[in-house]
Amino acid sequence: MDGMSLLTITVLAVFVGFEVVSKVSSTLHTPLMSGANAIHGIILVGAIIVAGQAADPWVLAVALLAVVLATANLVGGFVVTDRMLHMFHARKAAGTKQAARKADGK
Amino acid sequence: MSLLNPVWTSLLYLVAAVFFILALRGLSSPRTARRGNLIGALGALIGVVTVFLSAQLDNVPWILGAIVVGSAVAAPVARGVKMTQMPQLVAAFNGVGGGAAALVALLELSHAGDPWVRLAIVFTLLIGAVSFAGSGVTFAKLQELMTTRPVVFRGLPVVMAAVLLAAVAAAVVVVFTGSLPLALLLLVLGLAAGILLVLPVGGADVPIVISLLNAFTGLAVAASGVVLGNVLLVVAGTLVGASGTILTRAMAAAMGRSVAGILFGAFRGGSTAGSTAVSERPVRSSSAEDVAVLLGYAQRVIIVPGYGLAVAQGQHTAAELALALESRGIEVDFAIHPVAGRMPGHMNVLLAEANVPYESLKEMGEINPEFKTADVALVVGANDVVNPAAKTSSGSPIYGMPILEVADARQVVFLKRSMRPGFAGIENDLLYEPQTSLLFGDAKDSLAQVLGAVKAL
Repeated sequence: MDGMSLLTITVLAVFVGFEVVSKVSSTLHTPLMSGANAIHGIILVGAIIVAGQAADPWVLAVALLAVVLATANLVGGFVVTDRMLHMFHARKAAGTKQAARKADGK
Repeated sequence: MSLLNPVWTSLLYLVAAVFFILALRGLSSPRTARRGNLIGALGALIGVVTVFLSAQLDNVPWILGAIVVGSAVAAPVARGVKMTQMPQLVAAFNGVGGGAAALVALLELSHAGDPWVRLAIVFTLLIGAVSFAGSGVTFAKLQELMTTRPVVFRGLPVVMAAVLLAAVAAAVVVVFTGSLPLALLLLVLGLAAGILLVLPVGGADVPIVISLLNAFTGLAVAASGVVLGNVLLVVAGTLVGASGTILTRAMAAAMGRSVAGILFGAFRGGSTAGSTAVSERPVRSSSAEDVAVLLGYAQRVIIVPGYGLAVAQGQHTAAELALALESRGIEVDFAIHPVAGRMPGHMNVLLAEANVPYESLKEMGEINPEFKTADVALVVGANDVVNPAAKTSSGSPIYGMPILEVADARQVVFLKRSMRPGFAGIENDLLYEPQTSLLFGDAKDSLAQVLGAVKAL
């Protein structure tokens, strides 16, 4: 890919990045940060490419370290964000439970 | 194994990139957030499978082994972490991502013939190293492995300037010569810069720095995409860099701060350093039974949870207390300041975990007019976010920060550990007002005592 196309893609991605999160409520700041954090774990793709080209054992060792770190970022990031958001999801059920309890007069 | 031709490879990377955009958009709204995160994970899976099917890769068993190791370390930690420790975990995951980007760039140096590519390499190296070391320090601060107060020493700005100048010099030489030893030096200088950047940041500002470093890692990943000529890395990294910047500014704005003020406030000897001065003025201290009577015979109670509640893990007890009061026919709401807890939005997560229903969590703009109709405002482990100095004293470090108007309530009860000021290190005049009473102690213990007393009424 030539430099100009990459530059075009980068500039457009900047604007998309600004646009998609511009109206986020403060309630979701933490999950959004955590989710964005997981997305940059995609550096795993880069680490895999570098490790796949490594001929020297030292280079391979460093590249595999990068693969481990990137995987931790990617997998851990998505798992922890999902856990956080699961709790947001659960509050609806809790609300109806409490409403039911209120209706019982307890 | 090149099962995919370049066209299919590009198409699949495009699909993954679109999924990341949809993920970020989904994460911006409560209704779609969880689905958004899953779409992001799916995008990542497509990206990783595509690279295995398209690139000419050696060492595949080793790579798969490393992926298993990374997942085996991260997934259990991510599943088991307490919700109160969430901020430091995000910092840690962010740091390792930055580290991975720096290592990738370092290894690509020997393949880079073009100075422009080497420019992207030095950028990735430097930013990735700053993010790695900076996140490490943030982790240590949040985990309380070191002091949470700003660390400053004489000459810090000079040292920082020297490190940055040396880094720029090393970077220029690497761009023109491709020297590996100097690239290693650049890596070390980046680590030093990361540490020096975060050391002077204290207390409540630390989470904003995590968000900033998150954006940094995004930029490093985007630059590594330029190095490898990989469009997916460019798009994903740029997205995170851009959205992370917006998010950082939104968080800082919610605290009435500027990002520059947070990073360089302590450099200038600014007031964020705070003090532990304790005033001699008298306060009205109260017993758990008194507080229970106040609450139990009120009609409307607003609970203001803060950082102290999160630290004491008292959110479940707070939820129980709210339930006990509601069963007496009292209207109870939780007033959530945008930066309550340890990270913006953190308190919503903690209370959601404690099964506090969504309708009871009120955002600041919605709840502020309602304090006038409240009989009791119960402030649990919060201080700066209810400090009227933010409105009245223009010299105060929190001046301009939007606050919860608890002073409008008929009675204000503070559950506090001690008279020590909050993170901003300034006194809260509200503590000395006649309508205010204080119950000293650990937030969770105090809540449990009050809960017991309410049940005994």
